[in-house]
Amino acid sequence: MSGKPRLTYVNGRGRMECIRWLLAAAGVEFDEIFLERREEYEKLIKDGSLLFQQLPLVEIDGMKMVQSRAILSYIAATHNLYGKDLKERARIDMYVEGIADLMQMILMFPFSPPEAKEKNLDSLKERATNRYFPVFEKVLKEHGQDFLVGNKFSWADVALIEAILAVEEKIPAVLSAFPQLQAFKKRISNVPTIKKFLQPGSPRKPPPDERYIETVMRVFKL
Amino acid sequence: MSGKPKLHYCNARGRMETIRWLLAAAGVEFEECFLQTKDDLTKLKKDGSLLFQQVPMVEIDGMKLVQSKAIANYIAAKYNLCGKDIKEKALIDMYVEALADLNELIMMHAFQPADKKEQNLANIVDKATNRYFPVYEKALKDHGQDFLVGNQLSRADVQLLETLLMAEECKPDILAKFPRLQSFKARISNIPAIKKFLQPGSQRKAPTQPEEIPGLMKIFQ
Repeated sequence: MSGKPRLTYVNGRGRMECIRWLLAAAGVEFDEIFLERREEYEKLIKDGSLLFQQLPLVEIDGMKMVQSRAILSYIAATHNLYGKDLKERARIDMYVEGIADLMQMILMFPFSPPEAKEKNLDSLKERATNRYFPVFEKVLKEHGQDFLVGNKFSWADVALIEAILAVEEKIPAVLSAFPQLQAFKKRISNVPTIKKFLQPGSPRKPPPDERYIETVMRVFKL
Repeated sequence: MSGKPKLHYCNARGRMETIRWLLAAAGVEFEECFLQTKDDLTKLKKDGSLLFQQVPMVEIDGMKLVQSKAIANYIAAKYNLCGKDIKEKALIDMYVEALADLNELIMMHAFQPADKKEQNLANIVDKATNRYFPVYEKALKDHGQDFLVGNQLSRADVQLLETLLMAEECKPDILAKFPRLQSFKARISNIPAIKKFLQPGSQRKAPTQPEEIPGLMKIFQ
């Protein structure tokens, strides 16, 4: 038994990727179990491992944690990535929740019907460039610090860089009007733990492909 | 200027109701500013009051907080409704996130088209009685304590009561197979601050009626 956190999910980003990012940013090594068959998922349910019969599942510090936000909050709090007080935490939570709304659009993308894809891409571009990125551009411009909250690396920075890279995969020039975010992206990519996560061979997962979609449909019977 | 938290939302449960419950359970008086027209929302946006141009927004402790989970987290932490340590908080968070999933289903029910309503209701009842309620019934059975976590009131208890009552509005006998949830409901309802919130005339909102939907949609168009 390694003592490392153990992640159980399918072999792809989905609702586990933000957890991988945060553990990696915190410099925490982790093991992963990838479900391929429906029976493996049903076994987990029968075993009582999944409190609400759902994944992600992260075994950490003797707990079988489910619900991605609960898992993320725990990791952030136990690795000094949640600000220095309640007010900083509130700021981090607001930023992270806004980013989660944006990421939800990307999460659902592979599962939308082909005829909706162009419209969804337009919505993503609109939201990213009009609602979300301007907020973080302004925050960085106004305080002039390296990190979003409290002059210290936090969960908010990890969430933002993940979102920037994910949106850029779909809309390569999305940061063209956001110089602060361009600099932020470079800067955070160079934080040693993040730099390591961005290298080939890390636990970071590639964008969803046909195989991933099939696996999800099969394992979760969608 | 009162110093009380000020809630900005429409006069409906929606994504503000859990926040109202938490403030009430904490014994915190609050004011409400109801959006009634699209112009009301536009004004708030123009003021720069809404970080992501959305409500709920709560003015509290000199901040304009948005994102209902961020707001709820702040209130719960400030008023000691998150357990005594990080592991109790982890369990509370798991419970609370699941309740939020069920709440979301119930909240969305009012907005379903007529031909989807029956199926949607069946889904709510199925998830409530097969996925969610058994977990809380078992937790209460296993430790035999009055509260879900750590033998003291937490946001998990407040939010579970909120959800149980909304589920009963969907199907009055939905707790028939959950004796411990029934006694939990009675017990938590009798906590003075919560009892007060459950009385007529409190700031608790009624379920959204079908005839209110067009008016609400207009605000957010």
